[in-house]
Amino acid sequence: MPFIPHTDQEVREMLEAIGVDGIEDLFEEIPADLRCVELKSIPPAMSELEASQLMAGRARQDGQPACFLGGGAYDHHIPAAVWQITTRGEFYSAYTPYQAEASQGTLQLLYEFQSMMTALMGMDVSNASLYDGASALAEALLMAVRANRKSKSRRILVPRSLHPSYRKVAGNILKNQGIELVELPFDPEGGHTDIGALEPYDGEDIAALVIPQPNYFGVLEDVDALTGWGRRNKAMTVAVVNPLAMSILSPPGEWGGEGVDICCGEGQPLGAPLSSGGPYFGFLCCRQGIVRQMPGRIIGRTLDQDGNRGFTLTLQAREQHIRRSKATSNICTNQGLMVTAATIHMALLGAEGLERTAAACHANTSDLVARLSSLTGVSPRFSRPVFHERLMSLPVAADDVLRALAAHNILGGLDISGDYPELGRAILICATEKRTVGEIESFVEKLARVIELQGGVPCQLQPKES
Amino acid sequence: MMLLIQEQSKQGRRAVAQAPLQKAEITDIPEQFRRRRSANLPEVSEMQVVRHYTRLSQRNFSIDTQFYPLGSCTMKYNPRGANEMAMLAGFLARHPEAPESHSQGFMACLHDLQEMLKELTGMQAVSLSPAAGAQGEFAGVAMIRAYHDERGDTGRNEILVPDAAHGTNPASAVMCGYKTREIPTGADGDVDVEALKAVVGPQTAGIMLTNPSTLGVFDRGILEIARLVHDAGGLLYYDGANLNAILGKVRPGDMGFDVIHMNLHKTFSTPHGGGGPGSGPVGVSERLVPYLPVPMVTRDGDEYHWLTETECPRSIGRLSAFAGNAGVLLRAYAYARMLGREGMSRVAEYSTLNANYMFKMLQEAGFEAAFPERRATHEFIITLRKQAKERGVNTMDFAKRLLDYGFHAPTTYFPLLVPECLLIEPTETEDKGTLDAFIQAMRTIQDEVNTDGELVKGAPHTLPVKRLDDVRAARELDLAWNVSAED
Repeated sequence: MPFIPHTDQEVREMLEAIGVDGIEDLFEEIPADLRCVELKSIPPAMSELEASQLMAGRARQDGQPACFLGGGAYDHHIPAAVWQITTRGEFYSAYTPYQAEASQGTLQLLYEFQSMMTALMGMDVSNASLYDGASALAEALLMAVRANRKSKSRRILVPRSLHPSYRKVAGNILKNQGIELVELPFDPEGGHTDIGALEPYDGEDIAALVIPQPNYFGVLEDVDALTGWGRRNKAMTVAVVNPLAMSILSPPGEWGGEGVDICCGEGQPLGAPLSSGGPYFGFLCCRQGIVRQMPGRIIGRTLDQDGNRGFTLTLQAREQHIRRSKATSNICTNQGLMVTAATIHMALLGAEGLERTAAACHANTSDLVARLSSLTGVSPRFSRPVFHERLMSLPVAADDVLRALAAHNILGGLDISGDYPELGRAILICATEKRTVGEIESFVEKLARVIELQGGVPCQLQPKES
Repeated sequence: MMLLIQEQSKQGRRAVAQAPLQKAEITDIPEQFRRRRSANLPEVSEMQVVRHYTRLSQRNFSIDTQFYPLGSCTMKYNPRGANEMAMLAGFLARHPEAPESHSQGFMACLHDLQEMLKELTGMQAVSLSPAAGAQGEFAGVAMIRAYHDERGDTGRNEILVPDAAHGTNPASAVMCGYKTREIPTGADGDVDVEALKAVVGPQTAGIMLTNPSTLGVFDRGILEIARLVHDAGGLLYYDGANLNAILGKVRPGDMGFDVIHMNLHKTFSTPHGGGGPGSGPVGVSERLVPYLPVPMVTRDGDEYHWLTETECPRSIGRLSAFAGNAGVLLRAYAYARMLGREGMSRVAEYSTLNANYMFKMLQEAGFEAAFPERRATHEFIITLRKQAKERGVNTMDFAKRLLDYGFHAPTTYFPLLVPECLLIEPTETEDKGTLDAFIQAMRTIQDEVNTDGELVKGAPHTLPVKRLDDVRAARELDLAWNVSAED
């Protein structure tokens, strides 16, 4: 029997000890008319080999194309040691560290993670992670509303330049709690949220202001000015950042001089494979003064009976298993295994390694942008500085172009027309440090041909060999 | 004591091979946007990192190293094969926004899993997207709310929750804008149906139930409860935390539930990972199908397609940026294929056999059962209130002493309504020898309580740290390493 160790002899002994004739007798309290069923549509068991062959075939089917997609998930190199250690059974198959003395490995690692995140973000405290970047934002906004005692409005300003799925998720999670998300337009030339967009709200009662960095288009926001506006208007400032970008960009803890109140984001660039969107992890940091409003697991350092250092879950009085309906959140887990990977990833790369990776991504994307811009009708859509991702205008419809590129096994960017119809024909592209010169050249060459075929624009590149 | 990785840092040391060898110049990002000082992250070599985290791992209990009879958590063996299959290069490399043309293999796995979960739960449709049990609960209650709201039935502002429920149940209901009302448990461990009758009514949006309950018994009144709540216009929510107990034996859909969440990290044996990632798919009856969270996968002939907000305009929407915890879903799928049809009901059978065996043997050893007249499900409760009263040794002391004997402690002090309780769930993957060894350890600790209570009260004695001061941790908050604060 797969995964069940019992011998017939043991089963007989156990039944005898219990005092029943068969296993079915153990289900006697279930009303007879409820008992099922045949499970007709469940297929018969497979051996590990058969299941592996099925799965390997399906994994192969998806083809590992050259990926120029970003938009919140990035194809970075992950050092070999990261997942070899992360999948050690002692990390992989442990539970939430409720029994602290038997979980010092996970607990110390999480404390190290919290320390790394506060260092990277320039913030006072970090929790031990949430589900993903989008749900972390929703939790951050709930936290902001709780923590902002000066505001009665429950209105939150959210830039339209923020990732569309983050805006949707925040809306879906907050909508039954009487919280209003108000959209801030982006500058049509720069692609950033101009401080002028906030003018209508000067002096209004606003609970929180969301500040992405970089924003969905890769464009850098005027984070100092936006943070300053939030402080002047007594709105909680909530940063949404790419953690890899923070190795080279000004961290949220320094924005506008004093820093933001809360920062959150998607941890995937720190050691999580693309893996179809999950599991990733959301991170959440804040100022010390509002730590008791923070949702999720938090690890604290303490002493044992002999005065030795140890680590334990702390501030549990905020959590659902103690507070039930009055908890700060219904969240019951963190993404422990992903955080294990992220901690090892950050330890291996260090600040210097993260900076090098970020710079390499930025250089690759800049190279790609420059080459693409040499094609007629292709140009950067926005004028402001970007980090490692850029929206490019096209002379032909994006979906046709992307379909044609995909046929060449190139995922040539994201069609954003569904979320931003006002931006016309454009694709969001990203070339991480993993994209080779060959892949970039091939992308540019194929795109040139596709445009020529679809739009009748003459090809600007010479064919490599005729 | 083990040093922190931060304490092993030396300026200028690096794991050089892991990052790009060249440092690219950034010339087009103006100074105002740039970081002025590098982040204070550890500077350590590759070997230091490998050694440090390998050693840290050895300071954990885990299923792979210890028996872990944690009630309501279903700590069963996590098959290594499922991990390897989910970590195939093709699955890891797939970008969440990859087009359907480059996603058919992945989507086929999701679609198969949706269909299997539908059959196992007796529901009409399943969405795999919730990232954990609590997010599945949120989705479930949000669907109940969307259903009532769309019918204009807006006076329903209350969710009923039995007092034995997981804390996430009331917390999730509140996040959807509901008030909660607690329903007491009767002396026999079943929901007090008379008390339910007294409070169910036009204000009832629904009831959240776990069956078998966290008391380790199957609620025999379930059909009566379903009738009462449905007659009042409310819906029934099934918390799938204990699905392991009834897999292939009884289906929540047949019990009358309208919505269910499953914990794949329990019933489908995906790893707990030190506290996540989980996965909390939701299944629904006919009337809630339009509200399921997106994305989902549908099949048209031989092709798979995504269902998103466009195809499902009445959906409660998406709850994470992409498609939930895809890698966890792949592990669950691989596990389900290896179990197969016959393996599903065996899960319920052997987890129930193991629990009833331990239940019986521990009672014979003199431990007091919370519900001795009832049949155990896949888990059961013993109470140590006598030991606490007569010897001053409480459940926590017992739990810590079990660690010394190499067993992870059962769930302690939950459910809240049984004093000094241990909630014990052995799962089907443990053999009789392990169960007997645990029972023997319980007997031995019981003897120690009678002869040398201080030994038990001072436990654990053999772990990397002695008992930790939780009060100090909460009072003198130290949540991050800070070089200047070190003494």
